[in-house]
Amino acid sequence: MPQPSAVPLPLPDAQEIQALIDSQLHLEGPLLPIFHALQAAFGYIPESAIPMIASALNITGAEVHGVMSFYHDFRTVPAGRRVLKICRSEACQAVGGDVMAEAVLKKHRLDWHQTTRDGALTVEPVYCLGLCACGPAAMMDGKVIGRLDEAGMDRILTEAGA
Amino acid sequence: MKVYVPLDSAAKALGADAVAEAIRTEARSRGVEVEIVRNGSRGMIWLEPLVEVERDGVRHGYGPLLPSEAAAVFDTDHKKALGPVEDLDWMKRQTRLTFARCGVVDPLSLDDYEAHGGLAGLRRALEMSGETIVDEVKASGLRGRGGAGFPTGIKWDTVRLAHADRKYIVCNADEGDSGTFADRMIMEGDPFTLIEGMAIAGIAVGATKGYLYTRSEYPDAIAVMEAAIRVARARGVLGVDVLGSGKVFDMEVRVGAGAYVCGEETSLLNSLEGKRGVVRAKPPLPALEGAFGKPTVVNNVISLATVPVIFEKGAAHYASFGLGRSKGTMPIQIAGNVARGGLFETAFGMPLGDLVNEIGGGTRSGRPVKAVQVGGPLGAYMPVEKFDTPFGYEEFDGQGGLIGHAGVVVFDDTADMLKMARFAMEFCAIESCGKCTPCRIGARRGVETIDRIARGDGAAVELLTDLCETMKDGSLCALGGFTPYPVMSALQAFPEEFGGMKEAAE
Repeated sequence: MPQPSAVPLPLPDAQEIQALIDSQLHLEGPLLPIFHALQAAFGYIPESAIPMIASALNITGAEVHGVMSFYHDFRTVPAGRRVLKICRSEACQAVGGDVMAEAVLKKHRLDWHQTTRDGALTVEPVYCLGLCACGPAAMMDGKVIGRLDEAGMDRILTEAGA
Repeated sequence: MKVYVPLDSAAKALGADAVAEAIRTEARSRGVEVEIVRNGSRGMIWLEPLVEVERDGVRHGYGPLLPSEAAAVFDTDHKKALGPVEDLDWMKRQTRLTFARCGVVDPLSLDDYEAHGGLAGLRRALEMSGETIVDEVKASGLRGRGGAGFPTGIKWDTVRLAHADRKYIVCNADEGDSGTFADRMIMEGDPFTLIEGMAIAGIAVGATKGYLYTRSEYPDAIAVMEAAIRVARARGVLGVDVLGSGKVFDMEVRVGAGAYVCGEETSLLNSLEGKRGVVRAKPPLPALEGAFGKPTVVNNVISLATVPVIFEKGAAHYASFGLGRSKGTMPIQIAGNVARGGLFETAFGMPLGDLVNEIGGGTRSGRPVKAVQVGGPLGAYMPVEKFDTPFGYEEFDGQGGLIGHAGVVVFDDTADMLKMARFAMEFCAIESCGKCTPCRIGARRGVETIDRIARGDGAAVELLTDLCETMKDGSLCALGGFTPYPVMSALQAFPEEFGGMKEAAE
């Protein structure tokens, strides 16, 4: 689904992209590490990086695109300023996580994979954070949260500007 | 005063960082000197954050502790005081071999690790030949803890005997199964045991390089593992001269990117090589043509993390636990709607019902247990009628289930089994790598067929059964091949919830 482009696109500099690509080339199988490095720097994989990666690894642009698009993590557009990942796995469902998440998202007029209009927050599903004995679980920008309830999630979304 | 506050993700998710800070503040205001050790989790997740205070060499527990209760740790008689942690029923009933140090030691202290038996296994293995190391693993009866249960020693031997200029040890830490967190816990709580296990594997088969392939969903585990590898390298456990033996072994962490199917070994290898995580047809076995086309041991975290204790205490000691062909212990993860959730390591053989009711204490909601899903999203739903099944590979297989990575997810009587069956198919459709037709197309048709059943089309049940047969027999890997387990087990145990059947009977 198209993302509202409320977040001003950071302009990735070709030299910076090249430096990030080069920094991973000593590795065996450097493609995923390159994607991770680019996404860590820019928040997404800039389109202009595709031919540069292809050239560095001597593979086709189609191959680079194919690998990138296979993985759920890699973005082609920036996410919101904060990213909330909510676990939808069975263990969290068993404690009502799915029902609760959908209710709270609906209240904030958000759907999975969507970003708020002001670019403050992106909400994504995740299939297991390994917090299965203390669900429902979520992760806000890499920070784990357990035993979420409706009030807790409401507070998180409100604080994040949803 | 020495205080332990876990750094485990589950403890953090329940406020451990804030608790540690509050204890520090409280100590300052009391003028008490405290040393706060951030340990791993003991596995009693329902008691997290579980803070421990050392008094006369005995660790006393407090939990689950709120930041506002920080004063409790300076008090022997607080309502959250649990007494000596080792004396708690949950701890006493376990046989902790793989997880012996987890929650006890400072995860990044190599000295602490050695003081608790660490590196003894590697030192012993370095005195042995590759063949005798492999024989020891075979004698222990260790089988792949990722779920497939393949004998680890036989896999190692295949790699050992393969001729190549380079071999690899790949640790599968892509723990994507719902209800499982054993890999995460050991990586966060006792990372050196995994490093030691990988080093022993490398020495045994003649591999000089190891990769730990883990998940982007585990940022804390990644941080601890990377820090531990740096320590191990600096102290000569990894590198060009492993513990002064002249042997070479080093390793690095690789992070996946959110694809569940990369937990399948051949798909993981493709991902490691920088390709789409598409499943490879076997043969060739990864043991002969694995990472970068070279002979490769691909083992689960728990398999590798169990190797050091086998070498420390001997294969016979390890094999003396267990049931039938399921030797040793299994860290069972009790999760979902359960009163006392956590990790419980025990010898194979404990009946499923005991794990759920006695150890887990039944549901968190207090309602009756309806079913448990064992072995992740590809595992069968086991109804209460099957609760006497002993926890073992063959025993579960005989009941139309699997133990997988030993995650047990408890559901109470409000669970909608048709919805769970639909979720299994939907999950397979989202995560399918697309290589084989039964999985790629079958899972989508599966969702549609279950929707037909939900709308009251009784004839669709037969179609679903047939589709599941096709997926089971025709899929390349466990994703398409095992998705029928949760679907068919739900259908067979709870036919009345698949509305169409009821209508068909009318």
